[in-house]
Amino acid sequence: MFTLILQIALGIMAVSTLLYVIRVIKGPTVPDRVVALDAIGINLIAITALVSILLKTSAFLDIILLLGILSFIGTIAFSKFLEKGEIIENDRNC
Amino acid sequence: MRQQKTNDIILQTATKLVSFIILLFSFYLFLAGHNAPGGGFVGGLITSSAIVLLLLAFDLKTVKSILPVNFIYVAAVGLLIAIATGAGSFLFGAPFLTHTFGHFHLPVLGNTELATATLFDLGVYLVVVGVTMTIIQTIGEEE
Repeated sequence: MFTLILQIALGIMAVSTLLYVIRVIKGPTVPDRVVALDAIGINLIAITALVSILLKTSAFLDIILLLGILSFIGTIAFSKFLEKGEIIENDRNC
Repeated sequence: MRQQKTNDIILQTATKLVSFIILLFSFYLFLAGHNAPGGGFVGGLITSSAIVLLLLAFDLKTVKSILPVNFIYVAAVGLLIAIATGAGSFLFGAPFLTHTFGHFHLPVLGNTELATATLFDLGVYLVVVGVTMTIIQTIGEEE
């Protein structure tokens, strides 16, 4: 019963990720694509958590935090590139 | 005309909090590598990602003033530590890269298992941090 619930949740997450992929492909502007990629990262966190419950292991719990950090930094780098045109500035105050 | 300065105080304040959490997580991954997923490589990558977050929120000059480290030397020191732990086994008449461990009674932590493989992992950690930060800083400095 519990496995069935987990599998249904995984299926819903897969459908949601596919819809985000459609947004990444079709998105009229670049910020749409960036937000969709960020949301795909969050969905990957959820899928990792569900799979780690399904496999009855706690070895994937570090990966959840890791994915959160990486998706945060990646989204910030993308948005800074969109705003300023360069990701790492040499000197901000000149 | 002078370009208008952007005000990203939310990003900078969030970075000041989050970078400490990322550094703590990388320290945990580095020490957990013996019995759990993690180790020197992932720990080094997460540490350099914390520094990359600082580079994104501030700039190269500020990060150089708060971290006055030449990262090429960090990579060199890491390689030196890795080779020294491998060559240290010669002192005890053992083959190259032989590692050992022992149980010690530490004041706060109690009975702790200390392994020399941690020192080798420290070398790997320093090499990964040094190489990653050297690559990112040299790409960021290009005009």
